[in-house]
Amino acid sequence: MAEYMAQGKQPEVLFWVGCAGSFDDRAKKITKAFVKLLNKANIDFAVLGTEESCTGDPAKRAGNEFLFQMQAMTNIEVLNGYEIKKIVTACPHCFNTIKNEYPGLGGNYEIMHHTQFLKSLLEEGRLKVEGGKFKGKKITFHDPCYLGRANGEYEAPRNLLEKLEVELVEMKRNKKHGMCCGAGGAQMFKEPEAGDTDVNVARTEQALETSSKIIATGCPFCMVMMTDGVKAKNAEENVQVMDVAEMIANAEDL
Amino acid sequence: MQYLPNILFSIALVAGIGYFTMNIRKIIRNIKLGQEVDASDNTGQRWSNVVRIALGQSKMVVRPIPGLLHLFVYIGFVIINIEVLEIIIDGIFGTHRIFSTVLPAGLYNFLIASFEILALLVLVGVILFWTRRNVQKLQRFWKPEMKGWPKNDGNFILYFEMILMILFLTMNAADQSLQALGSAHYVEAGAFPVSKFIVPFMDGLSEATYIAIERSAWWLHILGILVFLNYLYFSKHLHIILAFPNVYFGKVAPKGKFKNLDSVTNEVKMMMDPNADPFAAPAEGATETPAKFGASDVMDLSRIQLLNAYTCTECGRCTSECPANITGKKLSPRKIMMDTRDRLEEIGKNIDKNGEFKPDGKQLLDDYITREELWACTTCNACVEACPVSIDPLSIIMDMRQYLVMEQSAAPTELNVAMTNIENNGAPWPYNQMDRLNWKNEN
Repeated sequence: MAEYMAQGKQPEVLFWVGCAGSFDDRAKKITKAFVKLLNKANIDFAVLGTEESCTGDPAKRAGNEFLFQMQAMTNIEVLNGYEIKKIVTACPHCFNTIKNEYPGLGGNYEIMHHTQFLKSLLEEGRLKVEGGKFKGKKITFHDPCYLGRANGEYEAPRNLLEKLEVELVEMKRNKKHGMCCGAGGAQMFKEPEAGDTDVNVARTEQALETSSKIIATGCPFCMVMMTDGVKAKNAEENVQVMDVAEMIANAEDL
Repeated sequence: MQYLPNILFSIALVAGIGYFTMNIRKIIRNIKLGQEVDASDNTGQRWSNVVRIALGQSKMVVRPIPGLLHLFVYIGFVIINIEVLEIIIDGIFGTHRIFSTVLPAGLYNFLIASFEILALLVLVGVILFWTRRNVQKLQRFWKPEMKGWPKNDGNFILYFEMILMILFLTMNAADQSLQALGSAHYVEAGAFPVSKFIVPFMDGLSEATYIAIERSAWWLHILGILVFLNYLYFSKHLHIILAFPNVYFGKVAPKGKFKNLDSVTNEVKMMMDPNADPFAAPAEGATETPAKFGASDVMDLSRIQLLNAYTCTECGRCTSECPANITGKKLSPRKIMMDTRDRLEEIGKNIDKNGEFKPDGKQLLDDYITREELWACTTCNACVEACPVSIDPLSIIMDMRQYLVMEQSAAPTELNVAMTNIENNGAPWPYNQMDRLNWKNEN
């Protein structure tokens, strides 16, 4: 982004990568797949790179409002400094925080989840998607809480899957009633409390009941939880967990 | 002497409504112990929520079977109240079926007939509700927080409603027999599609017996209603009134939007302002920093959250959708609401006794809601979505987490590590912020 600024240019959109997309090995693949799609569609985009910092979501959900607001205000300073107007992110947690909680602290941007952004590219004809290798495959979609219930977006990822001509099989609990993967509210970063089973395993069982080949999702944390769940059920030979963006990129062997 | 029933009735009515009003004032006083909150925004959206969610029961019918049964009882409750109005007027003035003299016969017959059909539907609904609780033993009615009073309370309400409906139909059956006999005072009015099937069971009795049955059923019915009205305050059943204001005050922002604490914003702004003088005395008229961040007791919660607690009818739809509860953790969103109400009631009684709240060495945190419950929440909003009357248990969990973290530094160790990482390297993991763009050059 600094380079754009130095040249006096503004990108069409800022890609907010997020911590998982930057550091987690599995989530980095989502980042790269999404970047491939952006390049294919000739989108003029920038990233903040080393100037990006945690949005503060896990701190806020853990109850540390102080740390959250410090992170938020620092990020807002950077974003406003670069006069950013439009942001896209592949993480529903970053999406939710920037969309809902930054405006009150002086950060007003048009923010889209990557599935919404990809959908808009398809509608504008800037990106074409065909079934490719996922055509006719049984696939279920796990709604990330912070995309679905938290912000009411259930259709964008499903529209993309439809474009891939997959056979979409819904789990019993889907959309508004979708069940959490177990990562939200900073649970990702701590051991779960004592119980009968782990949330991610329970949710994976629901996904496996659909006998889908692929569990699609749109969140790097759901990705981790569901992948672990699939491993816990010894189903990794038959079932893959994939981000919708990866599926689109893979369908065309980008 | 002939006015004795009218006088007795009026006394019962005034006492019943008076005691109820007194208790409602207590509820209002208790709710006002909470923090003031501005809900003057989005009035259009709020009213539309009341129409859809409260009046229209839109979230009840998400589960079709209990939704439909509840619809019977709800519509029955609302409509049959027209009949109660007639009963009250009759009771005060010693008239009988007063509306039949003012309304056209066709309309009056239609009304009475619909009350009867609704009464039957209510009876069916309530019996099936009882079966779901006690025979089918639906899991959500048998969770640990439903032992003792909450379990009995649920059944008492159902018994009350069964008895009231049976009394209502018995009264109409006896009335019909009296009308047939041409008994004085019993004007010929009403259509009785349901209670006519009870008539054969009381065939051939004397006029005096019919009158005795009719009067007893009439009195027990109206006294039952007054007792039930006053039972509400002690029961989870307050939702029949509070659901409406509660839905109005329910969250209208996207569910993912958690409120930003203004007190923290001021602190952070000052911290980040290089020109701020950290030792400056607070400006004249500046508000004092609040006593504490987050909530450890009910007085720290907002008035809306306390209204939520009184509104909760312990149906357990929240708990049955909670990922933590489903996987056997201690957290139950319903219990969060029940604990909040129990603690608020305890404080209310303390005030009744002492004139003002005398510290009792207890609080909502730890004495009611444990830390283990609070930390098990994934903030997924499933409970908020599930609640048919727009209760937000998640907001209470969040406020209590804020207290734990910001006042007590009592987060679980792993979370402290994650938060330290966010502070130092801008990510919850211990990676160097300078490595953020490494993915660009990897394959």
